[in-house]
Amino acid sequence: MTKLLRPEQLGKLRQRISASRPKDTIISISCGTCGQARGALKVAQAFKEAIKGLGKKISIKVTGCHGFCEAEPSVIIFPEEIFYRNLKPEDAKRIVKSTLDGKIVDDLIFKEDGNSFIYMSEIPFYRKQMRILTGNHPHINPMNVEDYIALGGYKALAKALWMSPEEIIGEIKCSGLRGRGGAGFPMGRKWEITRAQKNNIKYLICNADEGDPGAYMDRSLLEGNPHSVIEGMMIGAYAIGAGEGWVYVRNEYPLAVKHVTTAIKQARELGLLGENILGSGFSFDIKVAKGAGAFVCGEETALIASIEGKRGLPRQRPLFPAQHGLFGKPTNINNVETLANVPIIIEKGADWFSGIGTKTSKGTKIFSLVGKVQNTGLVEVPMGITLREVIFDIGGALGSSKVKAVQIGGPSGGCIPQELFHLPVDYESLTGVGAIMGSGGMIVMDENTCAVDIARYFTNFLQEESCGNCSICREGTQRMYEILTGITEGRGKEEDLHLLEELGGIIKDVSLCGLGQTAPNPVLSTLRYFKDEYNAHIKEEKCHAGVCKAFIQYMIGFKKCTGCGLCKKNCPQMAIEGELKKQHSILQNKCIRCGICYDMCTFDAVVKKTGGKKCLK
Amino acid sequence: MTEISKFIDNLIARHGGLLIPILQDIQERYNYLPEKVLRQVAKTSGISLRDVYGVASFYSAFSFTPKGKHIATVCLGTACHVRGGARIVDVLSKEFGINPGETTSDLQLTLQTVNCLGCCAIGPIIVVDGEYYGQMTPQKTLKQIKKLIKKGAQSD
Repeated sequence: MTKLLRPEQLGKLRQRISASRPKDTIISISCGTCGQARGALKVAQAFKEAIKGLGKKISIKVTGCHGFCEAEPSVIIFPEEIFYRNLKPEDAKRIVKSTLDGKIVDDLIFKEDGNSFIYMSEIPFYRKQMRILTGNHPHINPMNVEDYIALGGYKALAKALWMSPEEIIGEIKCSGLRGRGGAGFPMGRKWEITRAQKNNIKYLICNADEGDPGAYMDRSLLEGNPHSVIEGMMIGAYAIGAGEGWVYVRNEYPLAVKHVTTAIKQARELGLLGENILGSGFSFDIKVAKGAGAFVCGEETALIASIEGKRGLPRQRPLFPAQHGLFGKPTNINNVETLANVPIIIEKGADWFSGIGTKTSKGTKIFSLVGKVQNTGLVEVPMGITLREVIFDIGGALGSSKVKAVQIGGPSGGCIPQELFHLPVDYESLTGVGAIMGSGGMIVMDENTCAVDIARYFTNFLQEESCGNCSICREGTQRMYEILTGITEGRGKEEDLHLLEELGGIIKDVSLCGLGQTAPNPVLSTLRYFKDEYNAHIKEEKCHAGVCKAFIQYMIGFKKCTGCGLCKKNCPQMAIEGELKKQHSILQNKCIRCGICYDMCTFDAVVKKTGGKKCLK
Repeated sequence: MTEISKFIDNLIARHGGLLIPILQDIQERYNYLPEKVLRQVAKTSGISLRDVYGVASFYSAFSFTPKGKHIATVCLGTACHVRGGARIVDVLSKEFGINPGETTSDLQLTLQTVNCLGCCAIGPIIVVDGEYYGQMTPQKTLKQIKKLIKKGAQSD
């Protein structure tokens, strides 16, 4: 690749790429990590073979995630935007043939509630979304910078480099963009503070240490459109006066690491990173640091320590990283999603951006919608949309009576009950009900999800991930976990609930960093909205969701059992007896309540009972 | 100059003395962090052995004991938890007689858990030898792992 020395050369390159692009049909295959886990690469291979000999009539594009995880492996056929879902390699030939004939493969299109949807834009999952950050994923091969440039990539950079840093910061401030990593600090203000520091060396870090279990939008952005994040970093670096950038990415995301590393290399080859970028006099380069498996490193000061090669311990603030950050220099840290917004704001303007959303929360937010919904996946919605719209209209949750709550914001967040689903999604209203926007994990819980078990799960996660620096967080989360375990195992006492509240309050007040300050949220929010479930465990010895093993018992219904033997074959304890074609039964003293038989039985013969008295022991 | 010290010199130069990528590369080569290599790192880099050990023991990705030929990682993120990821761990632990983080005595299999792989929509997720498998059950996982162990033994 020849280096681009002036902005006009970038424009010319874009024209050249666009002119050489195939105008005919493009089959875009979603190959993010989750697609690959479902065999998308094999499907992609089958498509490549199926188009052999067809010349330029059809081309294949292997892209990052299209967002609709439930439908993976999926393809979109452009320009019509025909959507095929849950494909197998053998479907490729049929699709290619039908596409050439101008027909639709009926059995592979998306269906919901008896309706069929041919086009992507008609599908309920996509209809209410506003995909300004993720919308380009199906058009981009993340390993090829030309795809990004063809779609107008690096246009914002070329514009920004001829604006003054103050103008850029002003634009970002006007746009109302706030940090998408959790706390929601105004981005423009953050840049302004770092800009004001008098130091020749400054750093900009992209925080891609997405540790919240249940959130994966940063992975998807880095995998699907890494150049948009890099462009955001470059504009940010120019605005604050940084000469070096770092992407701190989780090592558990190998594909994201690969794509972002390749993207940086390609940007460097084009002269978009390095000395005197596009002849502007601005120089900037980016390095990649891989995490080593510590959740706390998502916290800015811990992240800095980790890059410096130390234990990832948060430190007291102030001094803030903007004053004293990486290697002691002023450092600005932004989240992946926040940075991906920057080029769009610079290109389309602050007014356009601030027209989306609510009074205090602007733009869109990506949520990972998972749990008990039909359409799981990454959804990008305008701020201010109600939880109900996200969970029922987009997620297609099964029957409103069954959905109990949604857990938002991961381990630092909280559970919001269905009565509050009318709330708009913005920073303030979520905080008001005891949850947080957080990084955007949205886990839908139904009547089969136990609120106490979820609180225990998150508390266990946090007590393991607490760095140990503050004794209140280290010991406090452990005590909370012990109390919660006691409740789920049938040793709960009424005074435990008061103790949990008191302990939670103290951990919040006394901890040094965000991890500890938010660690009690899952417990406190479930106590606030689902106290009856805690009481059912303690007073009635019941787990209504049928999750806590101490309170449940599996039995085989006498009428429905056909004696097929499936449960017996799959029982890991060999706790099921019975002859073929005859009634089976469970040996309660051997049963470990794993529930495999319950899940496997195709005749609904295995029943779960809860309560009365403790079933185990 | 021994092979180890040459390797370490290279690493320190390549990573500008930053410890974590150095340890990551050591682990990638040896598949764990051998004591003598860590001692060499301390000696060459000027970082005290205490600090090298402190960092290596802080991060869960590092291991001081050799890992198995095959590595099975079960995701216990929230979505996988709700869909029964822990059951997979239970069954694997029982079958191979190892707890998460441990390796079988024949060095065939290491069982690990991870807090989230970010593939929540298709949980429970497991990764065996770098390959992702979605919507797993304990039975499917066992079958897959046994198949890989058998295949590995044949190719030896």
